[in-house]
Amino acid sequence: MTALTADRVGVTLLERRVVDDVSLTVPAGTWVTLVGPNGAGKSTLLRAVSGAVEHAGTIAFDGVEVARLRSRERARLVAVVPQDPARPDGMTVLDYVLLGRTPYVPYLGTESAEDLAVAGELLDTLELRSLSGRLVTELSGGEFQRAVLARALAQQAPVLLLDEPTSSLDLGHAQQVLELVDELRASRGLTVVSALHDLTTAGQFADHLVLLVGGRVVAQGSAQEVLTEELIREHYGARVRVVTDPQGGVVVVPLRSRPARGQEGVA
Amino acid sequence: MSRAAGTEQDAATPTLRPVRLPRRWLFGSLAVLVAAVLLGLTVGPAGLPLRGVVTEIVNLVPGIDLAGGLDDREAAVLWQLRAPRVVLGLLVGAMLALAGAGYQGVFRNPLADPYLLGVAAGAGLGATFAIVSGGNRLLVPLAAFTGGVLGVAATYALGRSVGGRSTNSLILAGVAVAAFLTSVQTYVNQRNSDSLREVYGWILGRLLTAGWDEVLAVLPYIAVSAVVILAHRRLLDVLSVGPDEAGTLGVPAARVRLTVVLAATLGTAAAVSVSGLIGFVGIVVPHIVRMLAGSSYRVVLPLAAAVGATFLVVADLVARTVVSPGELPVGVVTAFVGAPFFTLVLRSARRTW
Repeated sequence: MTALTADRVGVTLLERRVVDDVSLTVPAGTWVTLVGPNGAGKSTLLRAVSGAVEHAGTIAFDGVEVARLRSRERARLVAVVPQDPARPDGMTVLDYVLLGRTPYVPYLGTESAEDLAVAGELLDTLELRSLSGRLVTELSGGEFQRAVLARALAQQAPVLLLDEPTSSLDLGHAQQVLELVDELRASRGLTVVSALHDLTTAGQFADHLVLLVGGRVVAQGSAQEVLTEELIREHYGARVRVVTDPQGGVVVVPLRSRPARGQEGVA
Repeated sequence: MSRAAGTEQDAATPTLRPVRLPRRWLFGSLAVLVAAVLLGLTVGPAGLPLRGVVTEIVNLVPGIDLAGGLDDREAAVLWQLRAPRVVLGLLVGAMLALAGAGYQGVFRNPLADPYLLGVAAGAGLGATFAIVSGGNRLLVPLAAFTGGVLGVAATYALGRSVGGRSTNSLILAGVAVAAFLTSVQTYVNQRNSDSLREVYGWILGRLLTAGWDEVLAVLPYIAVSAVVILAHRRLLDVLSVGPDEAGTLGVPAARVRLTVVLAATLGTAAAVSVSGLIGFVGIVVPHIVRMLAGSSYRVVLPLAAAVGATFLVVADLVARTVVSPGELPVGVVTAFVGAPFFTLVLRSARRTW
């Protein structure tokens, strides 16, 4: 079953072609990660999928075209964890998570008991219940990222888009969030499309990698196929060593062209 | 639900309470409102006994006819002079506060209010034209209304043309439109100095001439506008994460914004057309409510309506007693209180907006 297809998708922002002729197929229940240098169009492609920017070509969920959906219907199909989510003033964690129920709340209505139950269950899943009455402006980066994830999951959408979900997190919290997403994907059958900067992490958490450069797909496939020293040198202009991890993953190690100063003296 | 919640952890697993209007604030604000109304009805050049006023009000209920009401002269003062003025104050104050809170919600800016969006300047110019043209005075409200709608439309068009959907470009466009309209108005006034006094009397705001006709004229507009704004209270909370995120949550941000702006402008123009320009209510009242009771629009909007109504009734009371037997324009009183408060808003707003 195919959850998401993009066919010859293009996005033009300020007369610049930011995404150009991208075609992708994401099978249901898989995790696809977009990688690429800065300005490659990763975020813009995700924004096109979520309906935030207009696009040429077609993007469809289970055969239903995004552009034809009303925003409420779309929000029930695809949930987004934005790159830099706003922290609204004076809003509690519970109310923030309940924002995710908006596509189910009548246009001028208010949340039902069921909405509250969904939010409560997610607060437990993401270990946020003890923080439910705290203001989102008071949370640490890791706590807030979990709240954002809870809000997205409250939409109960089969497709989850993550735009650099770990950019503001340290190594430990980043790992926690990604593993949580992976567990939820397995337990709830979610289809995940993410944009990630860190290539090693991208290789570990994705079934399928798509390398975008200048808005175009230049390579896609497994981590072994996409994360090669040649492709990374060519498209990132970076010297790296790609090491195969004993457990089968791929580790991308950036290399300095000269040894660091003083390093000779340190045994 | 949480199995991890052991007995010693109960404090850490609170029951879930979504945001709602706290009862104590609702009843508290209504109590103060009632007190302000009674004060507004009893105090004035001809003082009325509180007991008699209450009796008269209770007697409005069909089937009740208590003794101890006012004599004929006092009843005439109450029903023909005081009551319409107080009711108009309630309506205008509630409307200005609601409109201010609504503008602040859609533009995510605590400084957004009818004055910064060109509504008030447009209404002022419309009224000026009507007054200096020397036509029928009953046309002044209509002209103010038309000017207010044109003012916000000009602001909206200018803001869109220079800055797309950005909030700052809209506010700056409002400043430009207001400055332009005000300069035109000043020019018109200079050319017609004989009617200057009347124009400024209107601009500074007055509830002096208010009668039941004015109340009935604005009631439908204010009712529709208030209902529309209040109905959007949850959506305004969703918009607090910004239009893009709101869009991914299923809210058509542009449509919600347009609906609330139109409703707030309609209500403001209606209010301004009978009361003149009354400044700062739209900024000061929602801000006080936020400081006291929280910033969710589900709390701010209903409380702002109650507090705004109270504020204007009290301000009008001050306006007609402080220089008695003369009267100050009520806009002078609201500005005297509001302008210093505005600087406080600026200081605290810098943090988050």
